[in-house]
Amino acid sequence: MAEQQLPERQSPLEPDYHPGSHGNFEHGVDVILSETRPGSILQLAAWPGEEKRLIEIIRKVTGLTLPDGAGGGTSSGARAVFGFAPGKFTVVDEAEGLAAAFAGVITPAIGTLTDLSHGRTAIRIAGPKAEWVMAKFFAIDFALPAFPLGAGRSTNHHDIFAQIQRTGADQFDIYVFRSFARSFWKALCHASEEVGYEVQ
Amino acid sequence: MLITCPYCGPRDVIEFTYQGDGNRERPQPASQDLDAWNAYVYDRLNPAGDHNEIWQHSGGCRAHLRVVRNTITHEILSTAFARGGHKAEGRS
Ligand SMILES: [Zn+2]
Repeated sequence: MAEQQLPERQSPLEPDYHPGSHGNFEHGVDVILSETRPGSILQLAAWPGEEKRLIEIIRKVTGLTLPDGAGGGTSSGARAVFGFAPGKFTVVDEAEGLAAAFAGVITPAIGTLTDLSHGRTAIRIAGPKAEWVMAKFFAIDFALPAFPLGAGRSTNHHDIFAQIQRTGADQFDIYVFRSFARSFWKALCHASEEVGYEVQ
Repeated sequence: MLITCPYCGPRDVIEFTYQGDGNRERPQPASQDLDAWNAYVYDRLNPAGDHNEIWQHSGGCRAHLRVVRNTITHEILSTAFARGGHKAEGRS
């Protein structure tokens, strides 16, 4: 896709995205907030009984092997995948064009592919207090045994639907609707003030 | 009140939407049986106790669930995916 003249994608967070240290950071920065801006964010869904075939397609196209179980997932740095609902998966790639790679192989008999690259905003929270800040936002268990590395969760914050993947022991990637992303971002910044945060 | 989604695990009730009485039997769309339609739309058991219900995990995985809830204590006795039949083991 690199040879195409693609318009530069603007961030919905831009007016409220202020790199630097903020809040109560005199004693150290305990969370780092950033927008990861992946080129591709896809939603894949398998028809009943076709889940295993779809998981195999995901493995062939991305090289990522989904672990068994509800909400299982994995990430490789540039690419990430996780289950967010029965038979449904979010697949993310730093590069654009992942939808084209799936388009020919997810046949109508297997399931569906929805390209949400322009419809979602990806926000990363990392650092020793990431779990603490997330726990103020979402009523789910963020402890590592309950929310293992790579796993995904579907939940919401005041009616803003969010998909969350744990991409590190103290790091989470949050996918929210682009139209709600700035509001969510501002709330996340406010919630991070008490621990001291840095926007990268 | 917590509802344990078969996919997501225990979640606060705020993530769920009540979809109605799980005991209803919807007549075939072409049915002209007015009594059957009347029963589907209006007749409810309204038990004081275990009740079959349909809920959607609308603030999570969005799956439709069949839930048995005690209407007196709000205890959730069982949850399962609605796919595969809506009748649960509560009083019907
Ligand atoms: Zn669920």
